[in-house]
Amino acid sequence: MENLLDIFVKSVFIDNMIFAYFLGMCSYLAVSKTVNTSLGLGIAVVFVQVITVPVNWLMENYLLKAGALSWLGEEFADIDLSFLSFIMFIAIIAGMVQLVEMIVEKFAPALYNSLGIFLPLIAVNCAILGGSLFMQEREYATIAEATVYGFGSGFGWAIAIVALAAIREKVRYSHIPAPLKGLGSTFIITGLMAIAFMSFMGIKL
Amino acid sequence: MKSLLHIIEKLKPNFEKDGKYPKLKPLFESFETFLFVPAATAPAKGAHIRDAIDLKRTMSIVVIALLPALLFGIWNAGFWHFKSQGIDATFLQEVVHGLIKVIPLVIVSYAAGLGTEFLFVYLKGKEIEEGFLVSGMLIPLIVPVDVPLWMLAIATVFAVIIGKEVFGGTGMNIVNPALLARAFLFFAYPSKMSGDKIWISEFSSGEGIVDGFSGATILGELATAPDQAAFNALHDKYSIADMFFGFIPGSVGETSAFAILIGAAILLYTGVGSWRIMLSGLLGGLAMGLLLNLVATPTNPYMSLPFYEHIFLGGFAFGLVFMATDPVTAAQTNMGKLIYGFLIGVMSIIIRVLNPAYPEGVMLAILLMNVFAPLIDHYVVQANIKRRLKRAKTANVSK
Repeated sequence: MENLLDIFVKSVFIDNMIFAYFLGMCSYLAVSKTVNTSLGLGIAVVFVQVITVPVNWLMENYLLKAGALSWLGEEFADIDLSFLSFIMFIAIIAGMVQLVEMIVEKFAPALYNSLGIFLPLIAVNCAILGGSLFMQEREYATIAEATVYGFGSGFGWAIAIVALAAIREKVRYSHIPAPLKGLGSTFIITGLMAIAFMSFMGIKL
Repeated sequence: MKSLLHIIEKLKPNFEKDGKYPKLKPLFESFETFLFVPAATAPAKGAHIRDAIDLKRTMSIVVIALLPALLFGIWNAGFWHFKSQGIDATFLQEVVHGLIKVIPLVIVSYAAGLGTEFLFVYLKGKEIEEGFLVSGMLIPLIVPVDVPLWMLAIATVFAVIIGKEVFGGTGMNIVNPALLARAFLFFAYPSKMSGDKIWISEFSSGEGIVDGFSGATILGELATAPDQAAFNALHDKYSIADMFFGFIPGSVGETSAFAILIGAAILLYTGVGSWRIMLSGLLGGLAMGLLLNLVATPTNPYMSLPFYEHIFLGGFAFGLVFMATDPVTAAQTNMGKLIYGFLIGVMSIIIRVLNPAYPEGVMLAILLMNVFAPLIDHYVVQANIKRRLKRAKTANVSK
């Protein structure tokens, strides 16, 4: 239990997808104009992460890893399919995103319209694929750990985008110099936020 | 005073539109209004005017509130210098040494920061915004006394440009510029901003230092204590009175909780600083410290540091009184201020105790909450809207 809590705190604050790895920047910068829209996208990312990371964990451990196929029989024990992991992971992610898209369109049409192209683009959001690849690299032992990691990393990403959106709503009335309006100042804000998140670097759990 | 006014009146035509230096008018005006209320102010009965105080006079009050900490810091710099050398110095010698060390920091900070601001004003052709008056005083107070002046200048310029001017100047920044300057120094030149060699004037050269004299801050020493016995021995080196009045090594202005308390009283009396942030921050720090005391284990003796001492040590008091209450970067709503302050207190202690990379966490805690302040405000406002809509609806129904 304590282990799961550690993984959660670590993935939200210390290994934050945005501020520690700068993953998933495109939708992070593009959909952060208002708090409500970014909250919607954040929840969508959390949802996709919670589903894809454990499913990919199953793939990894029962299909792809060296020796993962041994449950089929002795003769499969030395097969290593890990060269397929990218394509397997991204296929599962794409499928899940389709599912999320249909759900959002059905139950929250307003959110669906404001997210626009960025909802299907979650499929190619590097934070999502990054989550699965970090899961693979860190070799989480159980599916519970993988699920908690998926939730934590998505949650960290959601916090980051919602905080950025609130700041951008605030600076909308600032006299930002013309060349920096829009994305320019957003990059600088992201950098400043990352400095603030340095406060968690070095915490050992 | 009158003769000063006379000189200013005489110089004034030079800076008017048809004068000799029309471009320098903002510069001239800013110096003029340091001392004199400008003749052209808003009408006395303007709809938006709620108080006779304006931005510049607000800032002057903060600078006055900072003076006790500055004066104490000057003396403390000299005190520790002579103590580390084992010399029995008089009060005057200590003050003179402190002045030689601290005044250049103040001058460089103001020169670099105001220079940058004037440059931007000149380029934009706008009136000067005197936002740097406070930051310029804060920056020298939160750095170690031995920080090289060129580093201070670079950090100040960085903070003014990236922290403030790219967002449109005073009142529009996201993070506190003074803290940003310190964070910049901290991450860019870690060897000059942390460790046990930098807190005492001329300690790093190692010349003439008394054998076995440690120059580390209390928090720095306690954080590295390997076990409870070592922790207690280090902890007993200083009494609570030492910590409260500030006879400890540290950044220039942060050591004396007493001097900071005087500043806090000035801020609270004039209403310039928010009591909500100070109070809730204090409670947050105490609560988190107490919680850590209760769960302290022998493997991390730092947790057992009495919770009330956290308030006196390091930059907690200074950060809470002068940095967290910055009206621009703090939360704006009353409820938001309470949440914001409380979280600063909690985060400071968490970073301090649980993060082995930093023995001190106030700077980063305030920066972190600066980032989240707009979000806190957003949800406080949304909650207000919801509550009032509900009230309006029930009122309509009962009619």
